[in-house]
Amino acid sequence: MIALENVVKSYPNGVGAINGVSLHIKRGEFVFIVGDTGSGKSTLIKLLLKELEPTEGKVRVNGVNLARMRKRMIPKYRRKIGCVFQDFRLLKDRNVYENVAFAQRVIMTPTKEIKKNVPAMLSLVGLAEKYKSYPRQLSGGEQQRVALARALVNSPDILLADEPTGNLDPKTSREIMKLLEEINARGTTVLVVTHDQDIVNTMKKRVIRMQKGIIVGDERESGYIG
Amino acid sequence: MRLSTIGYCLQQGFKNIWRNKMFSLASTATMAACIFMFGIFFCIVENFQHFVREVEEGVAITVLFEQGTSEEEIQEIGDRIGQRDEVRQVVFVSAKVAWESYKDVYFKDMPELADGFVDDNPLANSANLEIYMNDVASQQGLVDYISSMDQVRKINRSDVVADMLTGFNRLVSYVSVAIIALLLAVSVFLISNTIAIGISVRKEEIAIMRLIGAKNSFIKAPFLIEGVVIGLVGASIPLGILYYLYNRMILYIAVKFGILTNVLNFIQVNELFRTLVPVGMALGVGIGFFGSIFTAQRHLKV
Ligand SMILES: Nc1ncnc2c1ncn2[C@@H]1O[C@H](COP(=O)(O)OP(=O)(O)OP(=O)(O)O)[C@@H](O)[C@H]1O
Ligand SMILES: [Mg+2]
Repeated sequence: MIALENVVKSYPNGVGAINGVSLHIKRGEFVFIVGDTGSGKSTLIKLLLKELEPTEGKVRVNGVNLARMRKRMIPKYRRKIGCVFQDFRLLKDRNVYENVAFAQRVIMTPTKEIKKNVPAMLSLVGLAEKYKSYPRQLSGGEQQRVALARALVNSPDILLADEPTGNLDPKTSREIMKLLEEINARGTTVLVVTHDQDIVNTMKKRVIRMQKGIIVGDERESGYIG
Repeated sequence: MRLSTIGYCLQQGFKNIWRNKMFSLASTATMAACIFMFGIFFCIVENFQHFVREVEEGVAITVLFEQGTSEEEIQEIGDRIGQRDEVRQVVFVSAKVAWESYKDVYFKDMPELADGFVDDNPLANSANLEIYMNDVASQQGLVDYISSMDQVRKINRSDVVADMLTGFNRLVSYVSVAIIALLLAVSVFLISNTIAIGISVRKEEIAIMRLIGAKNSFIKAPFLIEGVVIGLVGASIPLGILYYLYNRMILYIAVKFGILTNVLNFIQVNELFRTLVPVGMALGVGIGFFGSIFTAQRHLKV
C-alpha cells in the first residue's frame, strides 16, 4: 500500500532530512517509526501526505506515484488519510467540535451525520465535555486528542500519527494506543511515530528505526532497543 | 454541492466578515459611497434626459415643398418619413390649416381683413410636414435624407436647441461615467484588499485545511460570500438613503419652488428606482463577487 524507493529529501537550506529510504508497508499493517530527534520521521510523514516533495526517489501510495498525481486529485487523496500532526495544527479560530467537524465538512457529510459522528468521536478520545473549548484553552494533551479525533472521524484508509501520545500521561497513552489498535483491526493501515519505549515494547508491532535520515532497523514484533 | 455545505460556507463567509471587522466596514463604506454617488448621478442624468425628452417633444422639423407639389404627394412623402425609426410623429399641415394658424396670429385683431383672402389662399403652396423626432441627436441624418428629395424646397429646423441639448446631455453623461468609473475602481481595490488581508491572516489555517483535503473551491467559497455580502450591504444602504432623499427633494421643490414644477417635471421616485435598484444591486454584488473571486484566485493558488 505504501512504498518508498530510494527517497531523498533535502530542505532548501541544504539539510538532508532523509538520505535514501526504501520501505514497504502493506495494507492493514500497524507500524511504529522510532528514532532520535531530527532523524527524519516527521519529514517522512510529510512526504506521505504530499505536503513535501521528495528531492529524489519515488513515494507510492496505492500504486500511485505521488509526484505524478494531478493537482486537483490531491484533496481527494488526502481525504483518505487521517493525519495527527506533531504540532497538532488545529484551526485556532474554531472550537473543538468545529475542528473535528471540519474534516467531515470537507467530504460534504450531511450536517445531520456530523452531529452524530463528532460527539461520538470526541467521547472516544475522552474529550466529550470540552467540545466548546477553543484550542488555546486546551492543554497539550487535550489538543493532541482533538487532532486524533479529527484524523479518525472520516474512518481513513491510512492513519499517519506523529507522536500522538507525546503529551499524554501513561494511562491515557495506553488508552489511545488501544483505540489505534481497534481502528487498525477495522482495516485502517496505521503508522505511528513515537518516542515511547514502553508502548513499543508492549504492543509487539513492526518497528522501523531511523537514524540521520536512513532506516537502520526494521523488525517485526520487536521491542524498542534504546 | 450539498445544501449543508452551502449553509456551512455561508456561515463561514459571515464569520470572515466579523473576524475582519474593520476592513469589512471600510470596504462596505466605500462601496456604499460609490453606489451613493452612482445613484446621485443616475438620478441627475435620468431626470435630465427626462427634461430633454420633454423638450424634444416640442422640437419639430418643418419641411416645405416646391411649388406644384400636390397635397397627395406630400402626404405620401410624409408616410415614408414616418416609417423611419427616429421619427416619432409626422403631422401633415394642409395649405388651409397653415393659413388658418397664420391668420390667427397675424390678423388676430382684424379678422374681417383676413376674410378677403377666403377664396384665394395666399399660402396655397404652403402645405408642409411637421416632423417630431424621438431623439434630437439623429436630426442631422434625417435632414440629409429629406433634403435629398426633389420636391423639398426648404427645411426649417431648430439646430441650436438640438445641438445644445445633445451637447449638454453628452457632457453630463461623460462626466458621470468618468466619476463612477473612478469610484468603481476604488471600491474594487478596497474589496480586493479586504479579501487579500482575510486570506493572509488565515494563511496558516488555509494550509491546514488543504492538508485535511479541502478543495480550493471549498476554501474560496467563504471569501466569495464575504465579497458578495459586502456588495449587498454596500448597495442596500445608499439605495435606501437615496430613496428617502429623492422623495424629500421632490417634495421640497414642489413646496418651495412651486413654479418650477411646471417647467421641470421630475421623474416619479418609484419609476426611477425601478431601474436604479436592480442596477445598483447588480453593481454592488458584481463588484463584490468579481473583486473577491479574482483576489481569491490570485492568493489561493495551489
Ligand atoms: N522546514 C525545514 N527546513 C529545514 N530543515 C528542516 C525543516 N524541517 C525539518 N528540518 C530538519 O530536517 C531534519 C529532520 O527533521 P524531522 O522533523 O523530520 O525530524 P524528526 O525525526 O521528526 O524529529 P523529532 O523526533 O524531534 O520530531 C532535522 O535536522 C531538522 O532540523
Ligand atoms: Mg518530528
